[in-house]
Amino acid sequence: MAEKPDPDEKSYWLDDRRNVDRLVHVFYVTCAVLLAIDVLVPKHGEFGIEHWLGFYGWFGFIACVSLVLVAKQLRRILMRPEDYYDR
Amino acid sequence: MTGEFSPGLILIVGALLVPLLPGRLRGPYLLALPLIAFGHLMTLPYGEFGRVQFLGLNLITLRVDKLSVLFCYVFLIAAFLAAIYAWHLRDAVQQIAGLIYIGGAISAVFAGDLVTLFIFWEVIAIASAFLVWASRTRRAYCAGMRYIVVHVGSGVLLLAGILLHYRQTGSLAFEHLGLVSPGTTLIFLAFGIKCAFPLLHNWLQDAYPEGTVTGTVLLSAFTTKVAVYALARGYAGTDVLVPIGATMTAFPIFYAVIENDLRRVLAYSLNNQLGFMVVGVGLGSELALNGAVAHAFADIIFKALLFMSMGAVLFRVGTVKGSELGGLYKSMPLTAGFCIVGAASISAFPLFSAFVTKSMVIAAAMEKGYFWTWIVLLFASAGVFHHAGIKIPYFAFFSHDSGKRCEEAPLHMLIAMGIAAALCIGIGSFPSLFYPLLPFKVDFIPYSLDHVVGQVQLLFLSALAFTLLIRTGVYPPELRSTNLDFDWFYRRLGRAAAESVGRGADAVWSGIGQAAGRTARGLARSVYRHHGPGGVLARTWPTGSMALWTTVMLAAYLILSYL
Repeated sequence: MAEKPDPDEKSYWLDDRRNVDRLVHVFYVTCAVLLAIDVLVPKHGEFGIEHWLGFYGWFGFIACVSLVLVAKQLRRILMRPEDYYDR
Repeated sequence: MTGEFSPGLILIVGALLVPLLPGRLRGPYLLALPLIAFGHLMTLPYGEFGRVQFLGLNLITLRVDKLSVLFCYVFLIAAFLAAIYAWHLRDAVQQIAGLIYIGGAISAVFAGDLVTLFIFWEVIAIASAFLVWASRTRRAYCAGMRYIVVHVGSGVLLLAGILLHYRQTGSLAFEHLGLVSPGTTLIFLAFGIKCAFPLLHNWLQDAYPEGTVTGTVLLSAFTTKVAVYALARGYAGTDVLVPIGATMTAFPIFYAVIENDLRRVLAYSLNNQLGFMVVGVGLGSELALNGAVAHAFADIIFKALLFMSMGAVLFRVGTVKGSELGGLYKSMPLTAGFCIVGAASISAFPLFSAFVTKSMVIAAAMEKGYFWTWIVLLFASAGVFHHAGIKIPYFAFFSHDSGKRCEEAPLHMLIAMGIAAALCIGIGSFPSLFYPLLPFKVDFIPYSLDHVVGQVQLLFLSALAFTLLIRTGVYPPELRSTNLDFDWFYRRLGRAAAESVGRGADAVWSGIGQAAGRTARGLARSVYRHHGPGGVLARTWPTGSMALWTTVMLAAYLILSYL
C-alpha cells in the first residue's frame, strides 16, 4: 500500500475542483426544485404542520444545522484525548 | 413427532465440528450450515414443539410462529452473508464462537418459555464476547471484559425476574408479560440492557468497534435484535417504551457527528435505529409492531452491509478513523458503491429498505397522534442520514484525499456486500413481496406522492445542510479523540471509586497491622522487663524469703480454715 499518490496516477473527475462545484450547483438547483414542486403535491398528513409549504424540507435543514452546532459545542465538554481511558 | 428441534441447534452442534476440518473446507462448511438450518426451518409447521423436562419444569424449546420465523429468516440471511464475507478467515475461535452465537440467537428466538430463553440469553452473551476478544489486542480484551460483565449482568437480572415471576404466577411461558410486577420489571430491564436503552447502552459503542473485521458484522446483527424480538413478544404496547425509544433515536446522533472511529459511528447509528424499533413495540398497534419487526429485519441487512464496507476498509487500510481516511473511492470503488447503498437504505431513501420499514413506525406514531414522538423521529431520520448516510461514505471514500492507496476489497467480501445491497434494494423496491412475512396483515402504502416527496425533501435539505456546513468550514473536523459517554461512570468514576475504596481498605488494614505490631512489641518488652535477665521475676531469691512467704501462706490457710 503506497502512502503517497503516484504522480502518474490517473486523474479522477472529482479531483477537479470545478467539477465538484458543478455537482454542488446541480444539487442546489435540485433542492430548490423540490421545494417548489411542494405546492403541487396534495397532502394527506395527520398533523396540520405537515401541510405547511415545504415542511419536510426546512425541518430537515434546521434539524441538521442545529444537530451539528449542538454536537460541536458538545465536543467542548465531552472530547478527551484518544488514549484517555488507557492511561 | 420427534423431528422438531430448533434450527439454531444445527449451528451450535455444527460449531463443534469446525476444529476437525482443515482450513480450506471451513469456508464451504460455514456457508452450508445456514442453508441446512434453512432447509430444516422449511419443514417445521407452526406450533409448539421440543418439549423437555428439566429440573421438574416443562420447557418448550421450539415455538414456531410468524414472529419467531421472521427473525429466524433474517438471522440465517445474516449468517449466510457473514459466512461469505469471512471466507478468508482461518481463525477457528471466531468461527466456532460465531456459529454458537448465531445458533444461540436463533434458539433464543424460538424459546417458548423463559428458562430456555435465559439459557440461550447467556449462550449469546458468552459466545459473542469471544468475537470481541478475537481481535487479540489489549483494548479489545478490556472492552470484551466490560461487555461480558454487562451481558452476564443482564442474564442475572433476567433469571431473578423469571424466578419472581414464576413464584407469583406459576407460569414460565414466554408470552406477553407487561410491566405488572417486580418480576416482569426485572425481565424488562434485562431486555433493556441487551437492547441498549439509554444509559444502559454503552456496552454497544464500547465493544462493537473493537471486534474483528468479520466479528463486528456478526455482532451488529444478533444481540440487539434478539432483545427487540423479546420486547415485541413480552412488552408490546408498553407505553414507557415510546419515550425510551424516542430518546434512543435522538441522543446517539449527536455522538455520531463528533465520533472519529467510523465503526463507532455505526454503533451509535445502530443504537439510533433500535430506537425506532422500540418505539414501534411501545406503540403496540398492528402497524407499529409490523414496522418494528420489519425494521429489525431491514436493519440487520443494511447495518451488516455498512459494517462490511467499513470492515473491508479496516481490512485493507488498517484503520477506520475518519481523520486518517478519505479519497478511498479511487482504490475501492465497489466497496464505496455498496457502502452508499447501505447508507441510502439506513437513511430511508425511496426504493431502499428503511423507506418502507421505518415509515411504518413513523406512520404508526402519527396514527396514534403522538405528535412530539413524531417530531423526534423525524429529527432522528434527518440526523441518521446526516451521520450514517453522508458522514460514513463521505469521510471514508471522498472528503480530502488521504493519499492512501490499497487494493479493492477481496472478491468474497464484495459478493457478500453485493447480496446485502441487492436485498436492501429488493425490500425497498418490492415491499409487497416482503409483507407476507410480517406477523400481521399489512395495508400500508409507502409509495404515496406526498410521502415520497416529503421524504426526498427531508433528505435533500439535510444533505444541503451538510454541504453548506462543510463548504463554510463550520462542520466539526474529524479529530483523533475519545468522547465521554455514560461509560465514563464505570470506566473512570467507578474505577476511581473502587481504587479509593481499595486505598482506604489498604490504609485501615495496614493501620490494624501497625497497631497489632505495636501491641505485640509492647507485650514482648514488658515480658522481657519482668522475666528477662535482670527482670524482677527472674531474680534468684534467698531461701529465707521463700521460708517467710511459705509461713505467711500457711498462716493464712490456718486462719481461713477456722473462719
